[in-house]
Amino acid sequence: MEYLIGIQGQDFVLVAADNIAANSIIQMKQDQDKMFKLSDKILLLCVGEAGDTVQFAEYIQKNIQLYKMRNGYELSPKAAANFTRKNLADYLRSRTPYHVNLLLAGFDETDGPGLYYMDHLSALAKAPFAAHGYGAYLTLSILDRYYRPDLTRDEAVDLLKKCIEELNKRFILNLPSFSVRLIDKEGIHDLEKLMPVGAK
Amino acid sequence: GDHCVGIRGTDIVVLGVEKKSVAKLQEERTVRKICALDDHVCMAFAGLTADARIVINRARVECQSHRLTVEDPVTVEYITRHIATLKQRYTQSNGRRPFGISALIVGFDYDGTPRLYQTDPSGTYHAWKANAIGRSAKTVREFLEKNYTDEAIATDNEAIKLAIKALLEVVQSGGKNIDLAVIRRNQPLKVTSPKSLVV
Repeated sequence: MEYLIGIQGQDFVLVAADNIAANSIIQMKQDQDKMFKLSDKILLLCVGEAGDTVQFAEYIQKNIQLYKMRNGYELSPKAAANFTRKNLADYLRSRTPYHVNLLLAGFDETDGPGLYYMDHLSALAKAPFAAHGYGAYLTLSILDRYYRPDLTRDEAVDLLKKCIEELNKRFILNLPSFSVRLIDKEGIHDLEKLMPVGAK
Repeated sequence: GDHCVGIRGTDIVVLGVEKKSVAKLQEERTVRKICALDDHVCMAFAGLTADARIVINRARVECQSHRLTVEDPVTVEYITRHIATLKQRYTQSNGRRPFGISALIVGFDYDGTPRLYQTDPSGTYHAWKANAIGRSAKTVREFLEKNYTDEAIATDNEAIKLAIKALLEVVQSGGKNIDLAVIRRNQPLKVTSPKSLVV
């Protein structure tokens, strides 16, 4: 039901998430923000089991901040992704696993932009583009076809729009709005919400 | 321990510490007496550095834990109370020795009020407008009692100057050995030497 997508460019990462919070067949909230700011240049997008998502994401968020306080500098995106994966993996074989699917997007001074795909079985993969949810089945092929590593910011947003138009056309569920954010060396920028129009 | 002064201004809080001169071969960076506990709170201490590291770590964890459970940053009083309670527990039970540090904790509460608190090994804490801890704390405090006026803290720069002047009463070698930490309302902590801050 929920959808996450990330696209990495030369010097930025573009991410988007849908805004619906649902309970069974009812839309409880249409402006839910599924992105968590881990630090000035890292975002964690988190979907999955209700409750687990916020609990896990906030736990990681506070631990990343604690690292900053203790050491005087922030964790790199790669380190943050691996830290998250380890936590997820440790909880996986406990009585209380977290059932969450994640995208971690960040910008590192030395390594540049990075997008990390993580799933509820604690798999971690660095990828140029990634998506979570049923919508991924419909949009990964579009990304395969049109993605280039040297996308500009505008081209990446256009590619994102293509994906969302496809969801609007072929996905059984109505996802009326998507939060969009971009991370580059200046930090995290909020872009305009995408709201696909047209008859379904 | 070494000298340490704290001033509560109207829009700024200042901590000044004496930077002990290090041995020729020692790397200066490893001796840090002013520590951030969170984005909006910091503390300086006088006493056993090793004990301070433990207290500071517990405070940092508590700052994040508080944010996680109640979704709000700690108030300066809350984290001071937490540190003080920790210190008191080590005076009463389990046969442990008390933490050998006094601390000055400064910051801004969520509503924008500046705060300065002092704790000591017994676990008591009090709020202050300006205070000093360390070897000649009495001398510095007397200086502050004479010179802490509304005009003296009227602007940010004046408050910083007062902190430096108070430290210069007891610090031997002059301005080179002073570390300053400054928090302005809604701005992160800045740790610097006096030259770069005061006009």
